[in-house]
Amino acid sequence: MLGYIIRRLGSTVLVMGIVGVFVFLLLHLSPGDPAAIVAGDNATPDQIAQIRERLGLDDPLPVQFIRWSGGVLQGDLGISIFSNEPVAKLIGERLEPTISLSLTTIVFAVVIAVSFGVLAAWRAGTLIDRALMGFSVLGFSVPVFVVGYLLIYLFSINLRWLPVQGYAPIADGIGPWIQRLILPTIALGLAYVALIARITRTSMLEVLSEDYIRTAKAKGVATRPMLLKHALKNAGVPIVTVIGIGIALLIGGVVITETVFNIPGVGRLVVDAIAKRDYPIIQGVILLFSGVYVLVNLLVDLSYSFLDPRIRY
Amino acid sequence: MSARAAPPAAAAVTAPPPRARPSFGRFLRRNPTMALGGFILILLLIIALAAPYFAGDPVSMTPAQRLKPPSAEFWFGTDHLGRDVFARTVYGARISLLVGLSVAIFSIVVGLAIGLLAGYFRKVDAVVMRLMDGLMAIPAILLAIALVALTKASVFIVIIAITIPEVPRVVRLVRAVVLSVREAPYVEAAVASGTRTLRIIRRHILPNTIAPLIVQSTYICASAILVEAALSFLGAGTPPDVPTWGNMIAQSRLYLSVAPWTIFCPGIALAIVVLAVNLLGDGLRDRLDPRLARRM
Repeated sequence: MLGYIIRRLGSTVLVMGIVGVFVFLLLHLSPGDPAAIVAGDNATPDQIAQIRERLGLDDPLPVQFIRWSGGVLQGDLGISIFSNEPVAKLIGERLEPTISLSLTTIVFAVVIAVSFGVLAAWRAGTLIDRALMGFSVLGFSVPVFVVGYLLIYLFSINLRWLPVQGYAPIADGIGPWIQRLILPTIALGLAYVALIARITRTSMLEVLSEDYIRTAKAKGVATRPMLLKHALKNAGVPIVTVIGIGIALLIGGVVITETVFNIPGVGRLVVDAIAKRDYPIIQGVILLFSGVYVLVNLLVDLSYSFLDPRIRY
Repeated sequence: MSARAAPPAAAAVTAPPPRARPSFGRFLRRNPTMALGGFILILLLIIALAAPYFAGDPVSMTPAQRLKPPSAEFWFGTDHLGRDVFARTVYGARISLLVGLSVAIFSIVVGLAIGLLAGYFRKVDAVVMRLMDGLMAIPAILLAIALVALTKASVFIVIIAITIPEVPRVVRLVRAVVLSVREAPYVEAAVASGTRTLRIIRRHILPNTIAPLIVQSTYICASAILVEAALSFLGAGTPPDVPTWGNMIAQSRLYLSVAPWTIFCPGIALAIVVLAVNLLGDGLRDRLDPRLARRM
């Protein structure tokens, strides 16, 4: 087990290293002068030269990469071109809304999706099953921003139940905080619910046809413990895997959802950076999100042997 | 779903219908989701191609007609610049379908080539797969944003930027197929009898990848259409003057409360296209790839 964890950690570091090379090269592989790209269309040659010097673009690529990655490892993601502040600080200021939204979405999606999936598998072939699975195809197909605007239109503009947009820090009280997160969470969570519900249903169907489930039923285990304790835990590995893979979906969705609901999070930071071509910010946010994705999937892999003790490494 | 029209009893007695005659109606009844998805897509493709002949002008502005609700004159109403939302929605279908199909084709071709190399030649495998792992760790939308932000926005750049994050998924799929097939007795037999590598790949390995790739291509197409719309919506996609669904929604968002049609018409169109592609994909999967169908 320990050997496996070490090997798995090693490959995680390797993958992050490759991500780092990609992110670094993004700016340098592009056609044209990176300094001119960063400076924008209306820059004077002087400004371009200044940026070139500040970013150290005259050094050979490997030197630049080592300097850059050395900084990254120490938490230095560079300086924002536009605001002249450290990227790490700018990201830090925006973390709370993004973390709040991601956590509420994961909780919402997992609870709803696993219940839907278990219900659909238990009642496989019935109208409930068909309706739930139909809903899941729909959930994949409607884009986050369309759902978002639909929810705002219905619940904020027409019914006036919830605030239209924005974010309230959790320090200002849990009420306003949760109020402003309800709609973004639903919008962002829909595709995630669809994904997890589908895999839960399939995995549950497989487990429910096992002999030990028949035995459990025969010896009189009640339905609820039979479904949740005997079946769901054994159906867990694929479900947890998909939750991990789905983090990628969630990250892309966070960027869009924050724009729709005007939430000042990391996603907004990167969207604003696109318009200003603030490349250090874009690079920093990509590194952060990729790191989160890789880390979550590492935890998912390590959770397998807990869910299924037969899995040994 | 499988209810079939009962043939007249007399006819059934005198002349039993020929068994399993491949007929179109039968195919439709057996594959309702695939038929529905395919039908909607073909319809939308025709509408998109025929746009110049019936849709009207998607770019001309008539300031006197701003934010008009849907009417006989403007079926989907007008936006804040007095542009015809119906014409823009119809023209938007062209970009969405173009991007969806191009990304599907490009990523399959590139992914197939890399996947075959990685699966068949073990030395290439380790390096290529680590690169693919790294590429897959970067969220697709962010990678595409970064690539588009680097260059001048154009439809072609958007297609490339969406293709790159899709390639590793195809590579993994192809590689998995190759790895399982290359151990098969008939491939060993071919190797033993001295068949050249290229011929083995072409005759024995390639055909096995076709079914899963067709299924995968529909999912890539659906995801590409969604990502394109998201990129345009975020302002990192097609240039703002091109009528795409994402651009339309981005430009109309301030008018949600006064002119919801400017957002929901392209939004619903987007959902219908993606739904149709997904239905087609699910149908194809059930038919072509029973192993995957059971897993999903």
